[in-house]
Amino acid sequence: MKTRPRGRARPRWIAAGLLVVGAAVVLGVAIGPVSLPPLGVALELLDRLPLVDIDSGLDETQANIVWLLRLPRVVLALLVGGMLALAGGCYQGVFRNPLADPMLLGVASGAGLGATLFITARAAGFPAAQGVLPIAAFVGAVGALLLTYLVGGVGKGGRNPTRLILAGVAVTSFLSAVQTYVQQRNAEAIRQVYSWLLGRLAVSGWNDVLTVLPYVAVTAAIVLTLRRELDVLTVGDDEASGLGLHPQRSRYLLLAAASLGTAAAVSVAGLIGFVGIIVPHIVRLLAGPSYRSILPLSVLFGGAFLVLADLLARVAVAPGELPIGVVTAFAGAPFFVLVMRTTRQEAL
Amino acid sequence: MLNADAVSVELGGRTVVDKVSVTVAPGEWVTVIGPNGAGKSTLLRAVAGLLPYAGDITVAGRPLAAMRPRERARRVAMVHQQPVVPPGMTVYDYVLLGRTPHVPPLGREGAADHAAVAEVVDTLDLGAFADRRLDTLSGGERQRVFLARALAQGAELLLLDEPTTALDIGHQQEVLDLVDRLRAEAGLTVLSTMHDLAIAGEYADRLVLLAAGRLAADGTPREVLTEANLAEYYRARVRVLHVDGIPVLVPVRRRPG
Repeated sequence: MKTRPRGRARPRWIAAGLLVVGAAVVLGVAIGPVSLPPLGVALELLDRLPLVDIDSGLDETQANIVWLLRLPRVVLALLVGGMLALAGGCYQGVFRNPLADPMLLGVASGAGLGATLFITARAAGFPAAQGVLPIAAFVGAVGALLLTYLVGGVGKGGRNPTRLILAGVAVTSFLSAVQTYVQQRNAEAIRQVYSWLLGRLAVSGWNDVLTVLPYVAVTAAIVLTLRRELDVLTVGDDEASGLGLHPQRSRYLLLAAASLGTAAAVSVAGLIGFVGIIVPHIVRLLAGPSYRSILPLSVLFGGAFLVLADLLARVAVAPGELPIGVVTAFAGAPFFVLVMRTTRQEAL
Repeated sequence: MLNADAVSVELGGRTVVDKVSVTVAPGEWVTVIGPNGAGKSTLLRAVAGLLPYAGDITVAGRPLAAMRPRERARRVAMVHQQPVVPPGMTVYDYVLLGRTPHVPPLGREGAADHAAVAEVVDTLDLGAFADRRLDTLSGGERQRVFLARALAQGAELLLLDEPTTALDIGHQQEVLDLVDRLRAEAGLTVLSTMHDLAIAGEYADRLVLLAAGRLAADGTPREVLTEANLAEYYRARVRVLHVDGIPVLVPVRRRPG
């Protein structure tokens, strides 16, 4: 019988993913109020690679637009999109549920409450820079995760994935209620809160990128290292134990990593829905059910997807901007239907 | 190969297996029988290290409790009664999961693992199915794939929990003949549970009869499958005939009057 290279994403899908990422980055940088030549942008980016020395033909102003304005935002979109898609794929594997969302355990409501409290406190004269908002959201998200973890362990029988999900539901509705109350009491801050909730990619140079990078890197390292275990977990906990794993331990580690990364992504970008659920499914439909392909490919396609969504958000109603969460759902849902129609695999 | 001494298992505060002792010699096939709820599957799961138990279990002279999960998985492989069929997974990839205890924790399968899977696929005549999706196979074909995954673990002790319940008699024989052949060829030791007493008596070297969690009888099929045992523990009215030295069970209907 023929032996094939198994256990890794098929090279052609990885190549396709990298190609899409490259194209999305060039488009994202080239298109904007000042149009830049895509070829020049591509060469300018390649020029910065070690051992590469090309003349991109861009003048200094154009180069500044690339490096100081557009690229930070594009890279942030790559990181946030890749992170949300990776966390979504991970959650779906851990809970063996195709509807699992990386914000299932309270991350979204915690971040929302953290951001709301910060915005209202600032409106009331609390001396803090706007740039601290991601930190407030991150603290809220991590706090909500801890609360979910504690509530999930209350009562007999101890923690298990189902109880964690239920605890997440309880924490989410509780924190949402608190947030709504705070908002109503501070009507003047509502607009700002909503604009944050609907998601947007901030443009504060490279700061936000540097804020999320460590979390995204650690999360990606943990989740991608454990991706083979996610495949083993698909046969059920009993058999996974029989195969020498600690299914619960792997689950908690994966959940903790994915949740922390999600909290970081949400805190800089707001609540961008849809990416975490849909991207892993599109990848599954295209490249098969193994998490060893789904997870790395989700990073690539999720990142590229969010770069393009952000591009659309910037240009659709220029000079205004759409909330990116609106774009992801508006553009992503029809695309998903298209993929479902054109693939024969019943991977769901 | 397997030595279980006074093993008890409690589930939800109820003693499901009560001080049961079973030994299985290397190369032997022992089948646990008993009425519904007797604790057959629970005993098997304890031997697989999936449930906490009291008492002593040793596999190849090593105490089960002292083994780390990966070592245990290299010595004991189990085919569950109704294994989860992961949607979309191919037969080859499913069998490859059986190599998990041999794959380094952060590594991936090597050439040796693929060779082992290729050999198992070949032995079980699954070559034509290797690229098929597991969820598109028939019951008999799936059962062979489940067996293949367990064999890929390379364990000497094979636990089979009701391996043929969902199959018709022809496919039951096909699967069990296969197990019998592997036992001889690969030097496997088999501990199984079985519902169908006629089939159990035909394939096992020894039968262990459990009733209400306790050991009721242990011996050759001829010694265990007696009219008295079946009446007492199964509340069944059965005539036991012997054909070629093998007990054959004939259910007797209660006739009015």
